[in-house]
Amino acid sequence: MLQRARNLIRHLRQPGRPWLSWTAGVVAVAVGVFAGLGVAGRHGEPESKGTPASMRLLTQQQYLNTLSYVFGPNVQPTTRFAALPRTDGLLASGAATAGLTEAQLEMYQKTAAKVAAQVIKEGSREYLIPCVPTAPDAADPNCARTFIEYVAPLLYRRTVPAAHIDALVEEAGKSADALKDFYDGLGVVLEGMLLSPNVLLVAEASEPDPEHSGQQRLDGWSLATRLSLFLWNAAPDAQLLKAAQSGALLTREGLAKQVDRMLASPRLEDGVRALFDDMFEFENFALLTKDGQIYPSFTGETAVDAREQTLRTVIYHLLTRREDYRDLFTTRQTFISPALAPIYKVASQGPGWTPYEFPADSPYAGLLTQVSFQALHSHPGRSSATLRGKALREVLLCQAVPKPPANVDFSAVQNPDGKVKTARERVGFHLKNPSCAGCHRIMDPMGLSMESFDGAGQFRHQENGADIDTSGNLDGVAFNDVVGLGKALHDNPQLPWCLVRRTFAYATGTKSDTNSRRVLEFLSERFANEGYVFPDLLREIALSGAFSKVYEPRARKVYPLPDLKSAQRSDAAPTAEITASLAPKF
Amino acid sequence: MKYKNLSRRHVLRGMLNGGAVAVALPILNCFLNDSGTAYANGEQLPVRFGTWFWGLGGNNAILVPKKTGTGYEIPQQLAPVERVREHVNLITNLTAFRDGEPNLCHYSGWIIGRTGKAPKGSAERPGETIDMTIANEISRSTRFRTLTASATGDFRNTVSYENENSPNPPEISPLELYSRLFGTDFQDPNSPVFKPNPRVMVRRSVLSVMQDEVKSLEKTVGARDKERLDEYFTGLRHLEKQFDQQLTKPEPIAACHPPPVVTSDPRMGVDVEMVQTRHRLLTDLMVMAVACDQTRVFNMAYSNAQANTVRAGYEKPHHTTTHEEPIDKALGYQPNHAYFASRAIEEWAYFVEAFSKVREGGGTLLDNMLIYANTDHGDARVHSLNSLVSFTAGRAGGRAKTGLHVDASGTGVTRVGYTALRIMGLELPAWGAKSNMTSNPFNEIVA
Repeated sequence: MLQRARNLIRHLRQPGRPWLSWTAGVVAVAVGVFAGLGVAGRHGEPESKGTPASMRLLTQQQYLNTLSYVFGPNVQPTTRFAALPRTDGLLASGAATAGLTEAQLEMYQKTAAKVAAQVIKEGSREYLIPCVPTAPDAADPNCARTFIEYVAPLLYRRTVPAAHIDALVEEAGKSADALKDFYDGLGVVLEGMLLSPNVLLVAEASEPDPEHSGQQRLDGWSLATRLSLFLWNAAPDAQLLKAAQSGALLTREGLAKQVDRMLASPRLEDGVRALFDDMFEFENFALLTKDGQIYPSFTGETAVDAREQTLRTVIYHLLTRREDYRDLFTTRQTFISPALAPIYKVASQGPGWTPYEFPADSPYAGLLTQVSFQALHSHPGRSSATLRGKALREVLLCQAVPKPPANVDFSAVQNPDGKVKTARERVGFHLKNPSCAGCHRIMDPMGLSMESFDGAGQFRHQENGADIDTSGNLDGVAFNDVVGLGKALHDNPQLPWCLVRRTFAYATGTKSDTNSRRVLEFLSERFANEGYVFPDLLREIALSGAFSKVYEPRARKVYPLPDLKSAQRSDAAPTAEITASLAPKF
Repeated sequence: MKYKNLSRRHVLRGMLNGGAVAVALPILNCFLNDSGTAYANGEQLPVRFGTWFWGLGGNNAILVPKKTGTGYEIPQQLAPVERVREHVNLITNLTAFRDGEPNLCHYSGWIIGRTGKAPKGSAERPGETIDMTIANEISRSTRFRTLTASATGDFRNTVSYENENSPNPPEISPLELYSRLFGTDFQDPNSPVFKPNPRVMVRRSVLSVMQDEVKSLEKTVGARDKERLDEYFTGLRHLEKQFDQQLTKPEPIAACHPPPVVTSDPRMGVDVEMVQTRHRLLTDLMVMAVACDQTRVFNMAYSNAQANTVRAGYEKPHHTTTHEEPIDKALGYQPNHAYFASRAIEEWAYFVEAFSKVREGGGTLLDNMLIYANTDHGDARVHSLNSLVSFTAGRAGGRAKTGLHVDASGTGVTRVGYTALRIMGLELPAWGAKSNMTSNPFNEIVA
């Protein structure tokens, strides 16, 4: 019945029926309520040990989004936090292991100073500081307390102990006296709070689960933060903190209520954008440049808009229209900006972004044909079938392509006489050489079908005057061009499976490869049964037992390598740390 | 520039409310002793350590001289080094030993050169790099323990690691590096006026509240995360030290001449001309950072391992060129790869020369430094880990000899790092792991 209701919404939201969107919205709410009621009866999720309680670094965007919620969108300092290591396909997963350097603390301090200056400056303080001091050039503990009591829980993501608030109020007073300015004093304390490990590090805390003896679950504050970072890419708002404080968040109904509220919030867009920006490796756009002589149409603005185009398409398709995730790879609906128009060779509808639907016979269909995918996975001066094939495997299907062997004979791939004109001929050498073919066979056949786009993502029929053969196959499904590749990808069971794996890892800040396969299979099955509707997957994950159940990660025990020289001696004994089963047998 | 901690702060407490402290304008040549090797107060001029990195090596056919010692001829690709040859050592025919680990292309080579250990897989990040080993010994008192910059524009790629989880992010923007070094927090050691900023004092005070928070958080996390919290704590201590330094009048430094204000960044991009512009701007700032004793250890990367530098109008980036360009039979090497590699060598010469142009004591800044330059491959076309080329520059306050070409005869690349460690005064009995372990420095270089 749930499925039927969703199909109805999809039907009602067909293009050309905008007058029905209000009705569709009502039905959507009804479905939400229905699904909400379904929570109490959740069953079928396999047992798992949950995920490890971790300590993550707050990412730059999470920090900025949080500031934007607490102080409004005008408080946006320029900054650059240190890069996170991409782990199992996600930066979010790397946040749980990334270390901290002095340079990073310097960056935190400088950013905090900028934020504080923006909050206390004249013109802002009237809105952002909820009281007026008795004298502007002296301490006012009451006004300072009002501000700190309001801000601290939102930044610390929990209630802050009274003693700590007192200490901060006292510092604000001392600073105001020293600087002879109430606001400067408050600014220094705000700076300090923004340097707090409780703000910049997300250390998850657990507690015994009263419903399952012997098991641990996230405590209310940690659960609120995990949810909020997942769905909004920001710290929890006041309502969510309230639910954590009252304990409501730890009940099934209370959790469902908050999750549904968060899914219905416009802030969900920030969360989903962040997830796909991470999964699609869009941080590489910061480095993307093209050779201006070879691709004069591709400017810095093109790169910025290419990223935005894909994210807009994702949001529109998955959130606004609640369409099937797999259709993202075949859809002809997108958005065009003036900077993208010359690349796609369409008339600019400008100014700004305008919705655009490519005609049915156009070579543009789905995310694979967007500039973001084609240009990002190319060289500055030419396309790359191999990079594109590799990205398709690794980014969209969660498969790992082995690194090339070091001792490859590259002379076979050389192009000494200029007779070789197309990429297919060039990389054809890979497939003839057995040591190359093993890996290139899993990248090149789909990469070559994308050769109809040059290194800047512009469609072409020919390369160096020779017609491009765009035929290929993906895991045994043959096609003639990139539109066919999009369809094959759409039907590939790995596509939604990969999304589920990445989304769960992103949601929990864990590594994709460490999570319970049974839970992921269960979530995958639900995702499929419910028509691959992405917000429903977010909901399933947020309400799953595996999301809030945690275990203490065990410190890895290091076993010394057996010392072969001492092993030859008769008196050699294994060290005490080596357990019987692991001890080398001499 | 001695950093004195709390006592100075107490003195300053009375000056807090913006009082300017005027001191007499110093006469700069009075700072040094007669021989120019020490400050007038008797403190020796510090010896600094830097590294320089470039990707994809060179074309050994036109880079490696036939003769060794001081009178070596200058092959074509080495031409830019001619003008700084008296300051430089060229060490060739080095090997990075894999010890049965895979040859991780563009990875194993430079990591062995900087950590002494062959990585097991490309997911294994390097541990502490040589610059940090040295920084922890000699650079704790300065405003920055280390500075790292990269001309590539890629802030995700670095050659400096505190440990495997903590890479030191590189500065990629001359504007940002300028503002970090010489912006509002910079104290000109030669300024006649010293005016401590009262805001810094109160900032420092609030910092102690945050240090208490770290301590209480430590009780709730597991062992692995405790280490990261320790790093956080160290970072807060670092900020505290910087605040203290801002509250302390620095000793004058004759060689320090703050550079002109940088107001905008050059265009970003990987074109070889853009990379050169960025490299030179960053180098000039780094030179003054060292001259003004803001740090005693630093790193500069001209290009990444697996360099993606491009040449306008030529479709292949440098790395792709090394693999796909045929060897020109007449020349005996890959001409476009040689073009890119030569541009790198040109920048190495610029880097060395920039430090040699600053007068310090009786000689130059470079005389009181040691720079170690390395790369990822010997012959990038086939990812070889032998025939590697490395450079050093500077006489390290008389501890190093220069002007030499040394043929390492296939011995370990770690010998260069070990030589550097010894010259910098680290009395390590050996450096490196397994076959890369060495206790055999280049005695030709050690003075």
